[in-house]
Amino acid sequence: MKNVFLRSLRGLAASAALAVAAISPNVYAQAAKYGPGASATEIKLGQTMPYSGPASAYGTIGKLHQAYFKMINDNGGINGRKVNLISLDDGYSPPKTVEQVRRLVEQDEVLALFQTLGTPPNSAIHKYVNGKKVPHLLLATGATKWGDPKNFPWTIGFNLSYQSEGEIYAKWLLKNKPAAKVAILYQNDDYGKDVLKGVKDGLGTAGAKMIVKEATYEVTDPTVDSQIIALQGSGADTFINITTPKFGAQAVRKAWDSGWKPLHIINNVSASVGSVLVPAGLDKSVGLITVQYYKDPNDPQWKDDPAMLEWRAFMGRYYREGDPKDASNLYAYITAQTMVQILKQCGNDLTRENVMRQSASLKNFKLPLLLPGMMMNTSATDFFPIQQAQLAKFTGTQWELFGETISTGAQP
Amino acid sequence: METTAAPLTMPAAPAGVDAARRRRHLIGVAILLVAACVLPFLVGNYRVFQLTLVLAYSIALLGLNMLTGYNGQISLGHGAFYAIGAYTAAILMDKFGMPYWMTIPIAGAVCLIAGFLFGLPALRLEGLYLALATFALGVAMPQILKHKSLEQWTGGVQGIVIVKPEAPEGLGLSQDQWLYFFTLAWVVLMFFIGWNLLRGRIGRAMVAIRDQPVAAQAMGVNTSLYKSLTFGVSALYTGVAGALGSIAIQFVAPDSFTIFLSITLVVGVVVGGLASISGAIYGALFIQFVPNVADQLSKAAPWAIYGVFLLAFMYLMPTGVAGFIRILRARLKR
Repeated sequence: MKNVFLRSLRGLAASAALAVAAISPNVYAQAAKYGPGASATEIKLGQTMPYSGPASAYGTIGKLHQAYFKMINDNGGINGRKVNLISLDDGYSPPKTVEQVRRLVEQDEVLALFQTLGTPPNSAIHKYVNGKKVPHLLLATGATKWGDPKNFPWTIGFNLSYQSEGEIYAKWLLKNKPAAKVAILYQNDDYGKDVLKGVKDGLGTAGAKMIVKEATYEVTDPTVDSQIIALQGSGADTFINITTPKFGAQAVRKAWDSGWKPLHIINNVSASVGSVLVPAGLDKSVGLITVQYYKDPNDPQWKDDPAMLEWRAFMGRYYREGDPKDASNLYAYITAQTMVQILKQCGNDLTRENVMRQSASLKNFKLPLLLPGMMMNTSATDFFPIQQAQLAKFTGTQWELFGETISTGAQP
Repeated sequence: METTAAPLTMPAAPAGVDAARRRRHLIGVAILLVAACVLPFLVGNYRVFQLTLVLAYSIALLGLNMLTGYNGQISLGHGAFYAIGAYTAAILMDKFGMPYWMTIPIAGAVCLIAGFLFGLPALRLEGLYLALATFALGVAMPQILKHKSLEQWTGGVQGIVIVKPEAPEGLGLSQDQWLYFFTLAWVVLMFFIGWNLLRGRIGRAMVAIRDQPVAAQAMGVNTSLYKSLTFGVSALYTGVAGALGSIAIQFVAPDSFTIFLSITLVVGVVVGGLASISGAIYGALFIQFVPNVADQLSKAAPWAIYGVFLLAFMYLMPTGVAGFIRILRARLKR
């Protein structure tokens, strides 16, 4: 009798506990679990940034991250824990990245790495961090290889991948200009081939007929003039320009000066007004098309956008030395927000396993600085947070968004 | 290891004093070696890894010091040989499945040949002109490594990922500790060879060419042969260092071997002490640790801090750390 009573009491207690767990947020349901770099008061993250060296212009991303986490900590941290981001200079030199990341993992014992910048530096540590099972999160590079959960389950990228970008151009062409005769110029390296693969995958079987000519150049080439002439000679009416800034400017200029004037799609790498379109000639850049996924701080249509105002207020209060015209500062803000979301989702289970699991379970996560309608989604098999974007056309003074949001990959 | 370039005019020391000095040297080296063997058990794997890099750099600096310190030829492009050594090891391991320990001597041999061949024409150039020619080599190297025709071997901009060697079973060492001792063994070997080379007839000839090229030639030293050979051997040392360094880092890419590496090596040689064997170790410690200290002190301008360090070193120790220690010792003796 007593036994039965006890058993039913136990059952009752269990179901009550379950009910409580179901109602209250995860945070309170479980006892806190901590992996390396996490405690009741602190979450330690690490990153390498090119504060010196050839890519030092991107160093502002790391500085903004630190300012952002300072703001988060001033407001009480995440679930009561302060975020301590240890940001180290690697000078964009892969051996230095390896050294600094080993310091972060073995000496500072960070919970996770966040936004390590650049394809070569990240390639150097890819194997190491996966061997050590350290979350390697939201990398600041567009290479497609970061989304490989099968072979590298501890690495997850952030940027719209180069392949997705190529796919978006292809999808738009199929829908809006299915009879296009496409010429493609691409840089002969992994980056160029990555975008090209996206274009070809996106065009599918139909694409075989649409692409009439491909040309490549080497980073060491002085100009791409002869390639443009060859592409023009193919009779193409659409030009997909997969180049880095210097060659991007040359191609824009030559495609105009030679009288070709095709429908000109230029990849996002070379979409900078200041460093590409101004040297090419703004008048020659009218009508260029590129892809965007976050709001441009220089675009007047977002001047009074609440998210933009919030960002500007942050810049004024926490990162005064940062340039509010530099889109990198906006990008860095979005990535820091995403990191905070992941840590929030972790609740009180701050183990490396859970950080990785939460990074791979972003569900329809919206950020106001992303373009309207865009959402981030990841899953155990999908390690690409950003897979949507919108196209923009150059008016002669600025990029102007048009058309609808285009998605790639497994998303709706 | 405290041996320095014997000035040509050094008076012959009495045999007894010489033997005593030699014994002191041997004891000093023995203590240093014991310390080097104990160290990896006292610090974490990350520090062991850094020390492995120090060891690799010290070999490269000894090589460059032979050329610059002893022979008086300035090279601003030794990073290129470091890169060739690193890539040789990486390609042999990655494409041909060769065990890591076999790749080191091959990397050295490849660099010996490359250095000798580059040395032949370049050595017609003196002083600053040679510095510029080697500078050109150093600047060109990352782009050469990216070139299309080599891409199937070098992996282009992506570089090559190397599998980290396992420690032999039964030793109870971690991978990093094993790699440290492996590199240390090479350091001992290379320094022993270097010591023998520089102390004897060849070393004297090298110094003679540096100080009095005409007199050296008059004494029957084949100047051009010696100079090209010095260049070759120097490249060999740097290549061995590059191979060891790349195995420790487990990755090679063109961006790893920019002109900055070459400049760093020159800095290491000068800070450590020109024409000093032990200087290579001090220089290696400097180039490994001072940038980290600078980065700790200032995120905004780490290289400005580095510059301050460098200036301070040059003002306080104009003959390098090795020279400074030599002076200290002489004072203490008095």
